[in-house]
Amino acid sequence: MSSVPVTPPASDALAVRLAGVHKSFPVKGGSSTVALEDIGLDIGTGEFVSLIGPSGCGKSTLLRIVGDLIEPTAGTVEVNGKPAHQARIDRDYGMVFQAPVLFDWRTVEANVRLPLELMTGAAGADRDRRVREMLDLVGLADFTRHHPHQLSGGMQQRVAIARALVFEPALLLMDEPFGALDEMTRERLNGEVLKVWARTGTTVIFVTHSIPEAVFLSTRVVVMSPRPGRISEIIDIDLPQPRTEETRESERYFELVTQVREALRAQHGGGASAARARAEGGIG
Amino acid sequence: MTVAAEARPGSDAGRPRRDLGSSLMRLVPPVLVFLAAIAIWELATAGTGRRVIPPPSAIVAAMGRESDLLTRSAIATFTEALGGLLIGSVAGIVIGFATARWAVARDILVPLAVGASTIPLIAIAPIIGNWFGVLNPLSKMMMAALLVFFPVVINVIRGLVEVQPAQLELMRSYASSPTEVLRKVRVPNMLPFLFTALKVAATLAFIGAIVAEYFGGTSAVIGRVVLTSMSSGRFDVAWAGIIIGALGALGAYLIVVIAERLIIPWSPSFRA
Ligand SMILES: Nc1ncnc2c1ncn2[C@@H]1O[C@H](COP(=O)(O)OP(=O)(O)O)[C@@H](O)[C@H]1O
Ligand SMILES: [Mg+2]
Repeated sequence: MSSVPVTPPASDALAVRLAGVHKSFPVKGGSSTVALEDIGLDIGTGEFVSLIGPSGCGKSTLLRIVGDLIEPTAGTVEVNGKPAHQARIDRDYGMVFQAPVLFDWRTVEANVRLPLELMTGAAGADRDRRVREMLDLVGLADFTRHHPHQLSGGMQQRVAIARALVFEPALLLMDEPFGALDEMTRERLNGEVLKVWARTGTTVIFVTHSIPEAVFLSTRVVVMSPRPGRISEIIDIDLPQPRTEETRESERYFELVTQVREALRAQHGGGASAARARAEGGIG
Repeated sequence: MTVAAEARPGSDAGRPRRDLGSSLMRLVPPVLVFLAAIAIWELATAGTGRRVIPPPSAIVAAMGRESDLLTRSAIATFTEALGGLLIGSVAGIVIGFATARWAVARDILVPLAVGASTIPLIAIAPIIGNWFGVLNPLSKMMMAALLVFFPVVINVIRGLVEVQPAQLELMRSYASSPTEVLRKVRVPNMLPFLFTALKVAATLAFIGAIVAEYFGGTSAVIGRVVLTSMSSGRFDVAWAGIIIGALGALGAYLIVVIAERLIIPWSPSFRA
Protein backbone atom coordinates (compact mmCIF):
# COMPACT_ATOMS: atom_id res chain seq x y z
CA MET A 1 0.00 0.00 0.00
CA SER A 2 2.62 2.54 -0.99
CA SER A 3 -0.04 4.84 -2.41
CA VAL A 4 -1.51 5.59 1.02
CA PRO A 5 -0.69 9.17 1.98
CA VAL A 6 0.64 8.73 5.49
CA THR A 7 0.76 11.94 7.46
CA PRO A 8 3.61 12.01 9.93
CA PRO A 9 2.27 12.08 13.46
CA ALA A 10 2.16 15.40 15.24
CA SER A 11 4.62 14.41 17.90
CA ASP A 12 7.79 12.43 17.34
CA ALA A 13 6.86 10.03 20.13
CA LEU A 14 4.93 7.16 18.60
CA ALA A 15 2.02 5.66 20.52
CA VAL A 16 1.33 2.93 17.96
CA ARG A 17 3.41 1.57 15.13
CA LEU A 18 1.89 -1.01 12.80
CA ALA A 19 3.99 -2.48 10.01
CA GLY A 20 2.97 -5.16 7.51
CA VAL A 21 0.14 -6.38 9.73
CA HIS A 22 -1.74 -9.27 8.26
CA LYS A 23 -4.53 -11.30 9.80
CA SER A 24 -6.37 -14.29 8.42
CA PHE A 25 -8.91 -16.43 10.22
CA PRO A 26 -9.21 -20.12 9.43
CA VAL A 27 -12.65 -21.15 8.20
CA LYS A 28 -13.96 -24.68 8.15
CA GLY A 29 -13.06 -26.49 4.97
CA GLY A 30 -9.39 -25.60 5.24
CA SER A 31 -9.47 -22.16 3.60
CA SER A 32 -9.21 -18.85 5.45
CA THR A 33 -10.69 -15.36 5.54
CA VAL A 34 -8.21 -12.58 5.09
CA ALA A 35 -9.43 -9.97 7.56
CA LEU A 36 -6.48 -7.59 7.26
CA GLU A 37 -3.80 -7.25 4.62
CA ASP A 38 -0.61 -5.25 4.80
CA ILE A 39 -1.66 -2.66 7.34
CA GLY A 40 0.92 0.02 8.06
CA LEU A 41 0.05 2.91 10.34
CA ASP A 42 1.89 5.17 12.73
CA ILE A 43 -0.04 7.00 15.43
CA GLY A 44 1.61 9.75 17.45
CA THR A 45 1.16 10.23 21.16
CA GLY A 46 -1.91 12.30 21.90
CA GLU A 47 -3.55 11.72 18.52
CA PHE A 48 -7.23 10.91 18.09
CA VAL A 49 -7.50 8.50 15.17
CA SER A 50 -10.77 7.09 13.88
CA LEU A 51 -11.11 3.91 11.84
CA ILE A 52 -14.05 3.97 9.47
CA GLY A 53 -15.22 1.55 6.82
CA PRO A 54 -18.04 -0.82 5.94
CA SER A 55 -18.91 -3.79 8.16
CA GLY A 56 -16.43 -6.60 7.89
CA CYS A 57 -13.50 -4.49 6.72
CA GLY A 58 -11.50 -5.46 9.77
CA LYS A 59 -11.82 -2.42 12.05
CA SER A 60 -12.52 -4.46 15.17
CA THR A 61 -9.87 -6.98 14.24
CA LEU A 62 -7.30 -4.22 13.88
CA LEU A 63 -8.27 -2.71 17.21
CA ARG A 64 -8.07 -6.10 18.91
CA ILE A 65 -4.63 -6.69 17.43
CA VAL A 66 -3.41 -3.34 18.74
CA GLY A 67 -4.85 -4.25 22.15
CA ASP A 68 -3.22 -7.72 22.10
CA LEU A 69 -6.55 -9.48 22.45
CA ILE A 70 -5.64 -11.43 19.30
CA GLU A 71 -2.35 -11.89 17.51
CA PRO A 72 -1.64 -10.87 13.93
CA THR A 73 -0.79 -13.62 11.46
CA ALA A 74 2.16 -11.53 10.32
CA GLY A 75 3.62 -8.10 10.92
CA THR A 76 4.73 -6.08 13.91
CA VAL A 77 2.69 -4.13 16.43
CA GLU A 78 4.46 -1.73 18.76
CA VAL A 79 2.76 0.33 21.42
CA ASN A 80 4.76 3.01 23.20
CA GLY A 81 7.90 1.44 21.74
CA LYS A 82 7.09 -2.01 23.15
CA PRO A 83 5.51 -5.12 21.65
CA ALA A 84 1.71 -5.05 22.11
CA HIS A 85 1.89 -7.96 24.53
CA GLN A 86 4.25 -6.08 26.82
CA ALA A 87 2.04 -2.99 26.60
CA ARG A 88 -0.91 -5.07 27.78
CA ILE A 89 1.08 -6.50 30.68
CA ASP A 90 2.07 -2.91 31.54
CA ARG A 91 -1.62 -1.96 31.50
CA ASP A 92 -1.24 0.64 28.80
CA TYR A 93 -4.72 0.03 27.40
CA GLY A 94 -8.12 1.32 28.27
CA MET A 95 -10.84 -0.41 26.30
CA VAL A 96 -14.43 0.47 25.54
CA PHE A 97 -16.52 -1.95 23.52
CA GLN A 98 -19.81 -1.50 21.73
CA ALA A 99 -21.64 -3.06 24.68
CA PRO A 100 -20.78 -1.45 28.02
CA VAL A 101 -19.59 -4.79 29.54
CA LEU A 102 -20.36 -3.78 33.11
CA PHE A 103 -20.61 -6.18 36.02
CA ASP A 104 -24.15 -6.55 37.40
CA TRP A 105 -22.89 -7.21 40.90
CA ARG A 106 -20.91 -4.03 41.16
CA THR A 107 -22.29 -0.57 41.70
CA VAL A 108 -21.37 2.15 39.22
CA GLU A 109 -18.60 3.24 41.56
CA ALA A 110 -17.28 -0.30 42.02
CA ASN A 111 -17.34 -0.94 38.28
CA VAL A 112 -15.16 2.11 37.71
CA ARG A 113 -12.89 1.08 40.57
CA LEU A 114 -12.25 -2.42 39.16
CA PRO A 115 -9.10 -1.64 37.14
CA LEU A 116 -7.63 0.17 40.15
CA GLU A 117 -8.31 -2.86 42.34
CA LEU A 118 -6.43 -5.02 39.87
CA MET A 119 -3.55 -2.59 39.52
CA THR A 120 -2.36 -2.60 43.10
CA GLY A 121 -0.46 0.67 42.89
CA ALA A 122 -3.17 3.11 43.97
CA ALA A 123 -3.92 3.34 47.67
CA GLY A 124 -7.50 3.33 49.03
CA ALA A 125 -8.18 7.02 49.49
CA ASP A 126 -6.42 8.06 46.31
CA ARG A 127 -8.33 5.35 44.49
CA ASP A 128 -11.71 6.62 45.67
CA ARG A 129 -10.81 10.18 44.75
CA ARG A 130 -9.92 9.13 41.20
CA VAL A 131 -13.12 7.15 40.82
CA ARG A 132 -15.15 10.15 41.96
CA GLU A 133 -13.30 12.48 39.62
CA MET A 134 -13.97 10.23 36.66
CA LEU A 135 -17.64 9.88 37.50
CA ASP A 136 -17.83 13.65 37.78
CA LEU A 137 -16.23 14.02 34.41
CA VAL A 138 -18.79 11.77 32.70
CA GLY A 139 -21.67 13.35 34.61
CA LEU A 140 -22.56 10.40 36.82
CA ALA A 141 -21.66 11.83 40.21
CA ASP A 142 -25.23 11.27 41.41
CA PHE A 143 -25.34 7.63 40.39
CA THR A 144 -22.35 6.14 42.19
CA ARG A 145 -24.44 3.70 44.23
CA HIS A 146 -26.67 2.55 41.41
CA HIS A 147 -26.29 -0.81 39.75
CA PRO A 148 -25.76 -0.93 35.99
CA HIS A 149 -29.26 -2.22 35.20
CA GLN A 150 -30.74 0.88 36.81
CA LEU A 151 -29.09 3.10 34.20
CA SER A 152 -29.95 3.90 30.59
CA GLY A 153 -27.77 2.60 27.78
CA GLY A 154 -26.03 5.95 27.39
CA MET A 155 -25.28 6.15 31.10
CA GLN A 156 -23.91 2.61 31.08
CA GLN A 157 -21.58 3.50 28.26
CA ARG A 158 -20.39 6.52 30.24
CA VAL A 159 -19.57 4.19 33.13
CA ALA A 160 -17.54 2.08 30.71
CA ILE A 161 -15.68 5.19 29.54
CA ALA A 162 -14.98 6.29 33.11
CA ARG A 163 -13.68 2.80 33.88
CA ALA A 164 -11.43 2.83 30.81
CA LEU A 165 -9.95 6.18 31.79
CA VAL A 166 -9.67 5.89 35.56
CA PHE A 167 -6.19 4.39 35.51
CA GLU A 168 -5.01 6.92 32.93
CA PRO A 169 -4.02 4.44 30.24
CA ALA A 170 -1.61 5.65 27.60
CA LEU A 171 -3.85 4.35 24.85
CA LEU A 172 -7.64 4.30 24.70
CA LEU A 173 -9.19 1.80 22.29
CA MET A 174 -12.88 2.32 21.54
CA ASP A 175 -14.86 -0.02 19.29
CA GLU A 176 -18.08 1.67 18.17
CA PRO A 177 -18.79 2.76 21.73
CA PHE A 178 -21.83 4.80 20.74
CA GLY A 179 -23.10 2.55 17.95
CA ALA A 180 -26.17 1.47 19.90
CA LEU A 181 -27.16 4.96 21.08
CA ASP A 182 -29.50 7.55 19.66
CA GLU A 183 -28.10 10.51 17.78
CA MET A 184 -28.58 13.07 20.56
CA THR A 185 -26.95 10.94 23.25
CA ARG A 186 -24.17 10.13 20.85
CA GLU A 187 -23.41 13.79 20.16
CA ARG A 188 -23.37 14.61 23.85
CA LEU A 189 -21.02 11.72 24.58
CA ASN A 190 -18.80 12.80 21.70
CA GLY A 191 -18.38 16.09 23.48
CA GLU A 192 -17.57 14.30 26.72
CA VAL A 193 -14.99 12.06 25.10
CA LEU A 194 -13.24 15.10 23.64
CA LYS A 195 -13.27 16.78 27.03
CA VAL A 196 -11.65 13.74 28.60
CA TRP A 197 -9.17 13.46 25.75
CA ALA A 198 -8.15 17.11 26.12
CA ARG A 199 -7.74 16.75 29.86
CA THR A 200 -5.84 13.46 29.97
CA GLY A 201 -3.81 13.75 26.76
CA THR A 202 -4.33 10.06 26.09
CA THR A 203 -4.00 8.64 22.59
CA VAL A 204 -7.30 7.38 21.18
CA ILE A 205 -8.14 4.88 18.46
CA PHE A 206 -11.85 5.05 17.79
CA VAL A 207 -13.83 2.71 15.54
CA THR A 208 -17.05 4.09 14.13
CA HIS A 209 -19.63 3.69 11.37
CA SER A 210 -20.57 7.33 11.52
CA ILE A 211 -18.83 9.78 9.19
CA PRO A 212 -19.86 12.92 11.13
CA GLU A 213 -18.68 11.33 14.36
CA ALA A 214 -15.30 10.42 12.87
CA VAL A 215 -14.76 13.92 11.49
CA PHE A 216 -15.92 15.72 14.60
CA LEU A 217 -13.71 13.74 16.98
CA SER A 218 -10.53 12.96 15.13
CA THR A 219 -7.21 14.44 14.25
CA ARG A 220 -7.01 11.80 11.50
CA VAL A 221 -9.56 9.52 9.89
CA VAL A 222 -8.34 6.18 8.56
CA VAL A 223 -10.65 4.93 5.80
CA MET A 224 -10.66 1.16 5.37
CA SER A 225 -11.95 -1.05 2.56
CA PRO A 226 -13.11 -4.66 2.82
CA ARG A 227 -12.15 -8.04 1.31
CA PRO A 228 -9.37 -7.97 2.21
CA GLY A 229 -9.29 -5.30 4.89
CA ARG A 230 -6.90 -2.54 3.91
CA ILE A 231 -6.30 1.11 4.60
CA SER A 232 -7.52 2.90 1.52
CA GLU A 233 -7.02 6.49 2.59
CA ILE A 234 -5.97 8.60 5.56
CA ILE A 235 -7.56 12.02 5.88
CA ASP A 236 -6.17 14.75 8.11
CA ILE A 237 -8.85 16.56 10.06
CA ASP A 238 -7.52 20.09 10.40
CA LEU A 239 -10.50 21.50 12.27
CA PRO A 240 -9.39 23.78 15.10
CA GLN A 241 -9.33 22.53 18.70
CA PRO A 242 -11.26 22.48 20.89
CA ARG A 243 -14.15 21.17 18.87
CA THR A 244 -17.51 22.67 19.82
CA GLU A 245 -21.06 22.76 18.56
CA GLU A 246 -19.91 25.48 16.16
CA THR A 247 -17.45 23.01 14.68
CA ARG A 248 -20.39 20.95 13.50
CA GLU A 249 -21.73 23.94 11.60
CA SER A 250 -18.47 25.13 10.05
CA GLU A 251 -17.87 24.96 6.33
CA ARG A 252 -14.61 23.06 6.75
CA TYR A 253 -16.46 20.40 8.74
CA PHE A 254 -18.88 19.79 5.88
CA GLU A 255 -16.02 19.67 3.38
CA LEU A 256 -14.25 17.03 5.44
CA VAL A 257 -17.44 15.00 5.91
CA THR A 258 -17.86 15.02 2.14
CA GLN A 259 -14.22 14.06 1.66
CA VAL A 260 -14.54 11.05 3.97
CA ARG A 261 -17.82 10.04 2.33
CA GLU A 262 -16.22 10.15 -1.10
CA ALA A 263 -13.24 8.17 0.11
CA LEU A 264 -15.61 5.49 1.37
CA ARG A 265 -17.55 5.51 -1.87
CA ALA A 266 -14.49 5.45 -4.10
CA GLN A 267 -13.30 2.10 -2.80
CA HIS A 268 -16.20 0.21 -4.38
CA GLY A 269 -16.66 2.22 -7.54
CA GLY A 270 -19.94 3.48 -6.09
CA GLY A 271 -21.73 3.30 -2.79
CA ALA A 272 -23.67 0.11 -3.48
CA SER A 273 -21.64 -2.37 -1.53
CA ALA A 274 -21.00 0.00 1.34
CA ALA A 275 -24.73 0.57 1.58
CA ARG A 276 -25.26 -3.17 1.49
CA ALA A 277 -22.67 -3.67 4.21
CA ARG A 278 -24.48 -1.13 6.34
CA ALA A 279 -27.81 -2.80 5.70
CA GLU A 280 -26.34 -6.16 6.68
CA GLY A 281 -26.01 -4.92 10.18
CA GLY A 282 -24.45 -2.05 11.98
CA ILE A 283 -22.51 -4.30 14.29
CA GLY A 284 -18.97 -4.40 13.08
CA MET B 1 -35.44 -36.61 39.06
CA THR B 2 -35.60 -33.05 37.85
CA VAL B 3 -33.69 -31.41 35.07
CA ALA B 4 -31.83 -28.64 36.79
CA ALA B 5 -33.22 -25.23 36.12
CA GLU B 6 -30.71 -22.63 35.13
CA ALA B 7 -30.45 -18.95 35.72
CA ARG B 8 -30.22 -16.80 32.64
CA PRO B 9 -28.56 -13.63 33.66
CA GLY B 10 -29.13 -11.09 30.94
CA SER B 11 -28.92 -7.37 30.86
CA ASP B 12 -32.02 -5.30 30.56
CA ALA B 13 -31.26 -1.81 31.54
CA GLY B 14 -33.38 0.83 33.10
CA ARG B 15 -36.05 -1.29 34.66
CA PRO B 16 -36.75 -0.37 38.28
CA ARG B 17 -36.27 -3.09 40.83
CA ARG B 18 -39.33 -4.43 42.59
CA ASP B 19 -39.32 -3.21 46.15
CA LEU B 20 -40.31 -5.28 49.14
CA GLY B 21 -43.65 -3.53 49.58
CA SER B 22 -44.87 -4.31 46.10
CA SER B 23 -43.55 -7.86 46.44
CA LEU B 24 -45.75 -8.30 49.52
CA MET B 25 -48.71 -6.73 47.74
CA ARG B 26 -48.34 -9.29 44.99
CA LEU B 27 -48.69 -12.02 47.61
CA VAL B 28 -52.18 -10.86 48.60
CA PRO B 29 -54.21 -12.45 45.75
CA PRO B 30 -52.65 -15.95 46.02
CA VAL B 31 -53.07 -15.91 49.80
CA LEU B 32 -56.74 -14.98 49.42
CA VAL B 33 -57.29 -17.77 46.89
CA PHE B 34 -55.52 -20.19 49.23
CA LEU B 35 -57.76 -19.23 52.18
CA ALA B 36 -60.84 -19.54 49.97
CA ALA B 37 -59.74 -23.02 48.90
CA ILE B 38 -59.33 -24.05 52.55
CA ALA B 39 -62.80 -22.72 53.32
CA ILE B 40 -64.36 -24.62 50.41
CA TRP B 41 -62.47 -27.77 51.42
CA GLU B 42 -63.81 -27.39 54.96
CA LEU B 43 -67.41 -26.84 53.81
CA ALA B 44 -67.27 -29.73 51.37
CA THR B 45 -65.90 -32.22 53.91
CA ALA B 46 -67.35 -30.97 57.19
CA GLY B 47 -69.33 -33.46 59.19
CA THR B 48 -67.98 -36.46 57.33
CA GLY B 49 -66.30 -39.13 59.40
CA ARG B 50 -62.99 -40.87 58.76
CA ARG B 51 -62.49 -40.14 55.10
CA VAL B 52 -59.47 -40.23 52.90
CA ILE B 53 -59.79 -36.47 52.67
CA PRO B 54 -60.77 -35.12 56.08
CA PRO B 55 -61.80 -31.50 56.68
CA PRO B 56 -59.00 -29.06 57.56
CA SER B 57 -60.40 -28.64 61.05
CA ALA B 58 -59.99 -32.37 61.65
CA ILE B 59 -56.39 -32.19 60.45
CA VAL B 60 -55.67 -29.32 62.82
CA ALA B 61 -57.30 -31.30 65.64
CA ALA B 62 -55.10 -34.30 64.80
CA MET B 63 -52.05 -32.05 64.96
CA GLY B 64 -53.02 -31.09 68.49
CA ARG B 65 -53.80 -34.62 69.55
CA GLU B 66 -50.60 -36.11 68.14
CA SER B 67 -48.43 -33.09 68.78
CA ASP B 68 -45.79 -35.08 70.61
CA LEU B 69 -45.27 -37.68 67.87
CA LEU B 70 -45.54 -35.09 65.11
CA THR B 71 -43.02 -32.78 66.74
CA ARG B 72 -40.48 -35.55 67.18
CA SER B 73 -41.11 -36.71 63.61
CA ALA B 74 -40.78 -33.20 62.21
CA ILE B 75 -37.48 -32.64 64.01
CA ALA B 76 -36.13 -35.96 62.73
CA THR B 77 -37.24 -35.45 59.14
CA PHE B 78 -36.22 -31.79 58.96
CA THR B 79 -32.80 -32.75 60.28
CA GLU B 80 -32.45 -35.40 57.57
CA ALA B 81 -33.61 -33.03 54.82
CA LEU B 82 -31.56 -30.03 55.90
CA GLY B 83 -28.51 -32.21 56.56
CA GLY B 84 -28.91 -33.65 53.08
CA LEU B 85 -29.34 -30.17 51.64
CA LEU B 86 -26.12 -29.10 53.32
CA ILE B 87 -24.11 -32.20 52.33
CA GLY B 88 -25.40 -32.20 48.74
CA SER B 89 -24.85 -28.47 48.27
CA VAL B 90 -21.35 -28.46 49.69
CA ALA B 91 -20.42 -31.50 47.61
CA GLY B 92 -21.94 -29.89 44.50
CA ILE B 93 -20.14 -26.61 45.08
CA VAL B 94 -16.77 -28.25 45.82
CA ILE B 95 -16.93 -30.60 42.84
CA GLY B 96 -18.29 -27.80 40.64
CA PHE B 97 -15.33 -25.58 41.48
CA ALA B 98 -12.86 -28.41 41.08
CA THR B 99 -14.09 -29.47 37.67
CA ALA B 100 -14.92 -26.07 36.20
CA ARG B 101 -11.17 -25.41 36.09
CA TRP B 102 -10.44 -28.31 33.77
CA ALA B 103 -12.25 -28.26 30.47
CA VAL B 104 -11.92 -32.03 29.99
CA ALA B 105 -13.34 -32.91 33.40
CA ARG B 106 -16.16 -30.44 32.88
CA ASP B 107 -17.03 -31.74 29.42
CA ILE B 108 -17.28 -35.25 30.80
CA LEU B 109 -19.00 -34.39 34.07
CA VAL B 110 -21.74 -32.04 32.87
CA PRO B 111 -23.38 -34.48 30.41
CA LEU B 112 -23.10 -37.23 33.02
CA ALA B 113 -24.63 -35.04 35.69
CA VAL B 114 -27.44 -33.92 33.39
CA GLY B 115 -28.05 -37.56 32.48
CA ALA B 116 -28.00 -38.67 36.10
CA SER B 117 -30.37 -35.90 37.13
CA THR B 118 -32.98 -37.13 34.62
CA ILE B 119 -33.08 -40.72 35.93
CA PRO B 120 -35.39 -41.42 38.89
CA LEU B 121 -32.74 -41.42 41.59
CA ILE B 122 -35.46 -42.17 44.09
CA ALA B 123 -35.39 -45.73 42.76
CA ILE B 124 -32.06 -46.35 44.46
CA ALA B 125 -33.37 -45.30 47.87
CA PRO B 126 -33.55 -48.95 49.06
CA ILE B 127 -29.91 -49.46 48.09
CA ILE B 128 -28.82 -46.37 49.98
CA GLY B 129 -30.96 -47.55 52.90
CA ASN B 130 -29.11 -50.86 52.94
CA TRP B 131 -25.75 -49.23 52.48
CA PHE B 132 -25.94 -46.84 55.42
CA GLY B 133 -28.46 -48.93 57.38
CA VAL B 134 -32.20 -48.19 57.34
CA LEU B 135 -32.24 -47.29 61.00
CA ASN B 136 -29.44 -44.77 60.56
CA PRO B 137 -30.78 -41.25 59.80
CA LEU B 138 -27.68 -40.82 57.64
CA SER B 139 -29.26 -43.08 55.00
CA LYS B 140 -32.14 -40.58 54.60
CA MET B 141 -29.74 -37.68 54.62
CA MET B 142 -27.67 -39.25 51.86
CA MET B 143 -30.75 -39.80 49.70
CA ALA B 144 -31.63 -36.12 50.10
CA ALA B 145 -28.00 -35.17 49.41
CA LEU B 146 -27.95 -37.23 46.24
CA LEU B 147 -31.00 -35.44 44.83
CA VAL B 148 -29.56 -32.06 45.82
CA PHE B 149 -26.10 -32.71 44.41
CA PHE B 150 -26.92 -32.82 40.70
CA PRO B 151 -28.72 -29.51 40.15
CA VAL B 152 -26.15 -27.78 42.35
CA VAL B 153 -23.08 -29.17 40.60
CA ILE B 154 -24.52 -28.48 37.14
CA ASN B 155 -25.42 -24.89 37.95
CA VAL B 156 -22.16 -24.15 39.73
CA ILE B 157 -20.19 -25.33 36.70
CA ARG B 158 -22.41 -23.37 34.31
CA GLY B 159 -22.18 -20.24 36.41
CA LEU B 160 -18.40 -20.44 36.57
CA VAL B 161 -18.02 -21.19 32.88
CA GLU B 162 -20.79 -19.26 31.15
CA VAL B 163 -19.24 -15.84 31.54
CA GLN B 164 -19.75 -13.24 28.83
CA PRO B 165 -16.72 -13.45 26.52
CA ALA B 166 -16.52 -9.65 26.50
CA GLN B 167 -16.08 -9.66 30.28
CA LEU B 168 -13.17 -12.05 29.95
CA GLU B 169 -11.68 -9.85 27.22
CA LEU B 170 -11.96 -6.85 29.49
CA MET B 171 -10.13 -8.72 32.25
CA ARG B 172 -7.51 -9.78 29.72
CA SER B 173 -6.98 -6.15 28.74
CA TYR B 174 -6.15 -5.49 32.40
CA ALA B 175 -3.65 -8.37 32.28
CA SER B 176 -5.44 -9.94 35.25
CA SER B 177 -4.51 -13.37 36.57
CA PRO B 178 -6.79 -16.44 36.44
CA THR B 179 -7.28 -16.10 40.21
CA GLU B 180 -8.47 -12.52 39.80
CA VAL B 181 -10.83 -13.58 37.01
CA LEU B 182 -12.18 -16.30 39.30
CA ARG B 183 -12.69 -13.96 42.25
CA LYS B 184 -13.93 -10.88 40.45
CA VAL B 185 -15.91 -12.43 37.59
CA ARG B 186 -16.58 -16.16 37.71
CA VAL B 187 -17.70 -16.48 41.32
CA PRO B 188 -20.13 -13.53 41.31
CA ASN B 189 -21.38 -14.65 37.90
CA MET B 190 -22.06 -18.10 39.39
CA LEU B 191 -24.12 -16.94 42.39
CA PRO B 192 -27.47 -16.43 40.59
CA PHE B 193 -27.06 -19.91 39.06
CA LEU B 194 -26.31 -21.35 42.51
CA PHE B 195 -29.41 -19.81 44.08
CA THR B 196 -31.58 -21.09 41.25
CA ALA B 197 -30.23 -24.57 42.01
CA LEU B 198 -30.69 -24.17 45.77
CA LYS B 199 -34.36 -23.25 45.36
CA VAL B 200 -34.94 -26.51 43.49
CA ALA B 201 -32.69 -28.35 45.93
CA ALA B 202 -34.58 -27.14 49.01
CA THR B 203 -37.71 -29.04 47.96
CA LEU B 204 -35.76 -31.98 46.53
CA ALA B 205 -34.11 -32.49 49.93
CA PHE B 206 -37.52 -32.99 51.59
CA ILE B 207 -38.69 -35.30 48.80
CA GLY B 208 -35.51 -37.35 49.17
CA ALA B 209 -35.73 -37.61 52.94
CA ILE B 210 -39.44 -38.50 53.09
CA VAL B 211 -39.34 -41.01 50.23
CA ALA B 212 -36.32 -42.67 51.83
CA GLU B 213 -38.36 -42.97 55.03
CA TYR B 214 -41.09 -44.84 53.11
CA PHE B 215 -38.53 -47.58 52.48
CA GLY B 216 -38.18 -48.31 56.19
CA GLY B 217 -36.44 -47.13 59.28
CA THR B 218 -37.32 -45.61 62.65
CA SER B 219 -40.99 -44.84 63.25
CA ALA B 220 -40.90 -41.25 64.55
CA VAL B 221 -40.33 -39.64 61.16
CA ILE B 222 -42.81 -37.90 58.86
CA GLY B 223 -42.70 -40.58 56.17
CA ARG B 224 -43.43 -43.42 58.58
CA VAL B 225 -46.14 -41.46 60.39
CA VAL B 226 -47.92 -40.88 57.07
CA LEU B 227 -47.61 -44.54 56.06
CA THR B 228 -48.65 -46.14 59.37
CA SER B 229 -51.55 -43.80 60.09
CA MET B 230 -52.74 -44.24 56.51
CA SER B 231 -52.79 -48.05 56.87
CA SER B 232 -54.66 -47.83 60.17
CA GLY B 233 -57.26 -45.50 58.67
CA ARG B 234 -56.19 -42.42 60.63
CA PHE B 235 -56.24 -40.19 57.60
CA ASP B 236 -56.33 -36.99 59.65
CA VAL B 237 -52.95 -37.83 61.21
CA ALA B 238 -51.54 -38.81 57.80
CA TRP B 239 -52.60 -35.45 56.39
CA ALA B 240 -51.13 -33.66 59.37
CA GLY B 241 -47.81 -35.33 58.56
CA ILE B 242 -48.06 -34.43 54.88
CA ILE B 243 -48.77 -30.79 55.71
CA ILE B 244 -45.88 -30.59 58.17
CA GLY B 245 -43.56 -32.04 55.52
CA ALA B 246 -44.84 -29.51 52.99
CA LEU B 247 -44.34 -26.65 55.45
CA GLY B 248 -40.78 -27.79 56.04
CA ALA B 249 -40.01 -27.75 52.32
CA LEU B 250 -41.71 -24.38 51.93
CA GLY B 251 -39.73 -22.99 54.85
CA ALA B 252 -36.44 -24.19 53.39
CA TYR B 253 -37.38 -22.69 50.03
CA LEU B 254 -38.27 -19.35 51.60
CA ILE B 255 -34.99 -19.26 53.50
CA VAL B 256 -33.15 -19.69 50.20
CA VAL B 257 -35.28 -16.96 48.59
CA ILE B 258 -34.56 -14.54 51.44
CA ALA B 259 -30.85 -15.38 51.39
CA GLU B 260 -30.83 -14.72 47.65
CA ARG B 261 -32.42 -11.31 48.17
CA LEU B 262 -29.89 -10.42 50.82
CA ILE B 263 -26.75 -11.84 49.22
CA ILE B 264 -27.31 -11.01 45.55
CA PRO B 265 -29.87 -8.17 45.41
CA TRP B 266 -28.38 -7.25 42.02
CA SER B 267 -29.34 -10.58 40.46
CA PRO B 268 -31.04 -10.42 37.05
CA SER B 269 -33.58 -12.94 38.38
CA PHE B 270 -35.25 -10.12 40.33
CA ARG B 271 -35.83 -8.21 37.11
CA ALA B 272 -37.54 -10.88 35.04
N1 LIG C 1 -12.91 -14.65 15.38
C1 LIG C 1 -13.11 -14.63 14.04
N2 LIG C 1 -13.14 -15.80 13.35
C2 LIG C 1 -13.33 -15.80 12.02
N3 LIG C 1 -13.50 -14.71 11.27
C3 LIG C 1 -13.47 -13.52 11.89
C4 LIG C 1 -13.28 -13.42 13.32
N4 LIG C 1 -13.30 -12.11 13.66
C5 LIG C 1 -13.50 -11.43 12.51
N5 LIG C 1 -13.59 -12.27 11.45
C6 LIG C 1 -13.78 -11.89 10.04
O1 LIG C 1 -12.86 -10.87 9.76
C7 LIG C 1 -13.45 -9.87 8.97
C8 LIG C 1 -13.33 -8.54 9.69
O2 LIG C 1 -14.14 -8.54 10.82
P1 LIG C 1 -14.24 -7.31 11.83
O3 LIG C 1 -12.88 -6.92 12.22
O4 LIG C 1 -15.17 -7.68 12.91
O5 LIG C 1 -14.88 -6.20 10.91
P2 LIG C 1 -15.50 -4.78 11.31
O6 LIG C 1 -15.26 -4.54 12.75
O7 LIG C 1 -14.83 -3.80 10.42
O8 LIG C 1 -16.95 -4.85 10.97
C9 LIG C 1 -14.89 -10.29 8.72
O9 LIG C 1 -14.94 -10.91 7.45
C10 LIG C 1 -15.14 -11.28 9.81
O10 LIG C 1 -16.07 -12.24 9.39
MG1 LIG D 1 -16.48 -4.25 14.40
